[in-house]
Amino acid sequence: MASMATTALDSLPAPLRSLRLKTKQQELLLRVSALALIYVLAFAVRLFSVLRYESMIHEFDPYFNYRTTLFLSEHGFGDFWNWFDSESWYPLGRVVGGTLFPGLMVTAALLHRLLRALSLAVHIREVCVLTAPFFAANTTLVAYAFGREIWDSGAGLVAAALIAIVPGYISRSVAGSYDNEGVAIFALLLTFYLFVRAVNTGSLAWALASAFGYFYMVSAWGGYVFIINLVPLYVLVLLVTGRYSQRLYVAYNCMYVLGMLLAMQIRFVGFQHVQSGEHMAAMGVFFLLQVFFFLDWVKYLLNDARLFKSFLRITLTCVITVGTLALGIGTASGYISPWTGRFYSLLDPTYAKDHIPIIASVSEHQPTAWSSFMFDFHILLFLFPAGLYFCFKRLSDAMIFVVMYGLTSMYFAGVMVRLILVAAPAVCLISAIAASATIKNLTTLIRSPQTTSGKTTGSKAAARGAIDQSLPFQHNAAIALLLGAFYLLSRYAIHCTWVTSEAYSSPSIVLAARGHNGGRVIFDDYREAYYWLRQNTPPDAKIMSWWDYGYQITAMGNRTVIVDNNTWNNTHIATVGRAMSSYEDEAYEIMQSLDVNYVLVVFGGVTGYSSDDINKFLWMVRIGGGVFPVIKEPDYLVNGEYRIDKGAAPKMLNCLMYKLCYYRFGELTTEYGKPPGYVTSLTLLLAILMLLDKYDRVRGVEIGNKDIKLEYLEEAFTTSNWIVRIYKVKPPKNRS
Amino acid sequence: MPRGSSDARLLIQSLSNAYAATPTNLKIIDLYVVFAVATALVQVAYMGLVGSFPFNSFLSGVLSCIGTAVLAVCLRIQVNKDNKEFKDLPPERAFADFILCNLVLHLVIMNFLG
Repeated sequence: MASMATTALDSLPAPLRSLRLKTKQQELLLRVSALALIYVLAFAVRLFSVLRYESMIHEFDPYFNYRTTLFLSEHGFGDFWNWFDSESWYPLGRVVGGTLFPGLMVTAALLHRLLRALSLAVHIREVCVLTAPFFAANTTLVAYAFGREIWDSGAGLVAAALIAIVPGYISRSVAGSYDNEGVAIFALLLTFYLFVRAVNTGSLAWALASAFGYFYMVSAWGGYVFIINLVPLYVLVLLVTGRYSQRLYVAYNCMYVLGMLLAMQIRFVGFQHVQSGEHMAAMGVFFLLQVFFFLDWVKYLLNDARLFKSFLRITLTCVITVGTLALGIGTASGYISPWTGRFYSLLDPTYAKDHIPIIASVSEHQPTAWSSFMFDFHILLFLFPAGLYFCFKRLSDAMIFVVMYGLTSMYFAGVMVRLILVAAPAVCLISAIAASATIKNLTTLIRSPQTTSGKTTGSKAAARGAIDQSLPFQHNAAIALLLGAFYLLSRYAIHCTWVTSEAYSSPSIVLAARGHNGGRVIFDDYREAYYWLRQNTPPDAKIMSWWDYGYQITAMGNRTVIVDNNTWNNTHIATVGRAMSSYEDEAYEIMQSLDVNYVLVVFGGVTGYSSDDINKFLWMVRIGGGVFPVIKEPDYLVNGEYRIDKGAAPKMLNCLMYKLCYYRFGELTTEYGKPPGYVTSLTLLLAILMLLDKYDRVRGVEIGNKDIKLEYLEEAFTTSNWIVRIYKVKPPKNRS
Repeated sequence: MPRGSSDARLLIQSLSNAYAATPTNLKIIDLYVVFAVATALVQVAYMGLVGSFPFNSFLSGVLSCIGTAVLAVCLRIQVNKDNKEFKDLPPERAFADFILCNLVLHLVIMNFLG
């Protein structure tokens, strides 16, 4: 390409010819412009959601993050740090400042302040919406640097391009998904890059930088536990394989001590680095490394194999005894806390299902299906093993790190759906090595002189010809393979764009469906309901709902909730679950004791919205039953089957949740049974088609209890598509 | 155990002989490291006596000692002339890195003391 450019430029007039760049400069220019394009692409591809819907915060957790960011930017850091939130977990409240990872909020608030200082008057919401795409774009730069560090700049570029559009990462970083992961993946990759760099150079400064990267990661996301376990594991592997070097010693020790100290400044993490079992591996490896270094040093001083052996025996027995004793005493005395359930469920995928329903109930904690691997990685799934082959061919310290990162994160991605996100950068890096190395080999084959034309010029060409004669169609085959590679890569790009626009750009607070004529129908029921709460209920009203909607109600409805998505108090959630699954009179007592004024349920029976409360109901029963044995799951099932139709269990048909969801559902038929001319909107037309005879569109059955009377609650508001229904709890009756 | 004790004596003797050949600047760093580790041990012993109540204070005390020691060992590795791994790193740069890390370490410690 460079030679073609020069010949083209040679024909230009003299003044233009001075613009001619050297090959190296051309390469640099190409590289920088490609990187700049990738940067823009990574940002732009995540804007589908803004274009399709509007600039808004998505899903559940981001609403909490948005609310706290708003608080931070209005009240300053000091108040934020000491914030006691009485609007959630009524009547307990929540110490927000001490129970969250502040990295995301601080980042957004700083960006907001920076933009204001540049006299760009943007609302904090726009900053929050665009934080994740901005950091995703920065991640591409880190991926480029990482790829260059472990292979070459070509692989770095490919890695940046792959990571810019990999669906596994996009799923959590589209505009509006203002969640911890958005900045955390950037921090994760940055920490790893800086650490590898520190190991390669053995410089304290890089190790310090990686400690700061770790600090940022700790401040942003609980996934930092992955770093604090992967890095010691890596050190251990290097020790075992005899690749120990003093560069490693410098990098790990500096990073560990400073990183640990910095991490302790985050209140939510606190002393966990010295007290929790999940962090003990790092400390163990730290001490092991000291011992190893000391032995190495003594060996160097002694220069005598026999003496050293006896020395080794003494020290090793001492160290192992002391270490086991310390660990045993620490665990037995409860000083070192045992591993948490989430950690166990990572190591043993079936653990959560048996022991902790609250973790198992979250859909993103389920084991990953093959289809979602394919969906999120596409061709990277095939390039990944090929990349591993290249990695093993050119094994170095940095390579071992990337391989270990790839393999462990792939395992975790198989255990939990949401951890595909952590695997995505590793998969991109390793696949990039495969793609880049393959394409490079193929292009060198094509650019080398044609050997089939004859072995005439020079001894070198003759020698090469002699090797190549075993492959007669090498040139053509290389071209074909290259075309194949480009076809695959373009398919990847198309797939990623499609996935982003179709699957991952939905805010899930505004729902979109395809009507029967292909048009888009928008259901904005959630916001309708939350604004109704904001406008029509007293400011101190307490709303009871299942915990999924807690964050949204506090952020958008500005009302106090009983439980929310921060599932810190299982008993409290179980109480709400118990209320939902009890008969109305029993539920009323519970609601009175919790001071509940309104009950909010989400119902998809009219629109066919499948993640509604009736589908979540069994989890409420399970979580409620886990704390209050009065609630028994078999009471709600018929022969182990979950039914809502005529054959459903009597307790199911009369529990509060069922009543609240299907209250007046029977009347809907008659209302929609009017002549077609009465119908105006497409939704209603659909409803008519499906709703004949009280037909639940999600479950696809006719409901079992059509005649529902409410005694202690009254309907307060139902949104236009019936997705959210709000009931007012009546005050206690007068004594007669 | 006469054989064991003679072994130990031989060991210590050859160790001290070998150590005597170390350059003075490295010896100074070694002294610094030994002092830091000893301080950490004293603090741990004190904690055992009076309890660990302001746990952050105890942690910052011990970690400042351990951190100092570890950083000094890193410096020792980097300025050691016999070390082939760090031939390209000038001792000035190593010292500047050391100072920087110590600065960060102790600023954080000050924040953490409580």
